[in-house]
Amino acid sequence: MESIAIEGTTKTPEVRLNPENGVIEIKGRSIPENSIEFYRPIIEWLDEYAKNPNKKTTVNVQLEYFNTSSSKCILDIFKKLESLKKARNEVMINWYYEEDDEDMLESGEDYESIIRVPFKMIEIVD
Amino acid sequence: MHFDIDQYYSRLNSGEVILAYKGSISSELITNVLEVLDAKLEDLVIEKSIKKKLYNVLVESLQNLYHHIDDLPETSSGKFDVHFGIFVITKEGERYKVSTGNFIKNNKIKPLQERLDRVKSMSKDELKTLYKQILNNQDFTKKGGVGLGLIDMAKRTDGQLDYKFSEYNQEYSFFNLDIYV
Repeated sequence: MESIAIEGTTKTPEVRLNPENGVIEIKGRSIPENSIEFYRPIIEWLDEYAKNPNKKTTVNVQLEYFNTSSSKCILDIFKKLESLKKARNEVMINWYYEEDDEDMLESGEDYESIIRVPFKMIEIVD
Repeated sequence: MHFDIDQYYSRLNSGEVILAYKGSISSELITNVLEVLDAKLEDLVIEKSIKKKLYNVLVESLQNLYHHIDDLPETSSGKFDVHFGIFVITKEGERYKVSTGNFIKNNKIKPLQERLDRVKSMSKDELKTLYKQILNNQDFTKKGGVGLGLIDMAKRTDGQLDYKFSEYNQEYSFFNLDIYV
């Protein structure tokens, strides 16, 4: 299975999907008008990955901004990870937020309350 | 009598204006505006958390505008660009005001007004609960939205929003939304 590396733009995040070490990274800004198109290949990759996953999957989400359209796609990604966890794989979501960004911390907590996967809230201090 | 959009625009465009735009609202425009604003907000001396809140509200309000504009029929749209909208950011004292304006079909006013009133009246916890409920249960609409923009903005600004519908003709009105950060 191939890894995916997408560079970030002013409206879309940097994405790294690595099947070798089971590390998934989403970083930067996610504010496209229509996020379905952007996230489709990521969701498809996760479906494929779930067939033969790494023993441990680590997800690092470090977003500066995301819009409501992306919030739905991010939930879809997390739901895929929840299925992975249900199938008795180890899954961990690290949710990074900048110091004082309470809205971003709250968003992470919202996901944590919906998705049955362990979350770690990590504050980034300048 | 037609609602005077030029007059409304110049009224908005007074005081401490950070950015004002009147015309076609496209995806490219939004990208450009957000880039300009990103640089402008860097220059303003504001707390990082306020800057982030403001930027988030700008993104949602511009994209709401982009998704929900009703175009006037060609016969009466002569003086307006395709997908016409208004977008103005001003500083009022310690607050920032983000104003958007767009045409809306009169038959859509009632449901929108009900939504606005409902969102305005909700507490932060109620908004949070509603947000999660919709996020978890709603699929994407035809327009590619999720119906969360308004709730998201209210949640971030503690419901500090005002709106106005001004009748333009028998079929259309002009919808103005002000959000305070």
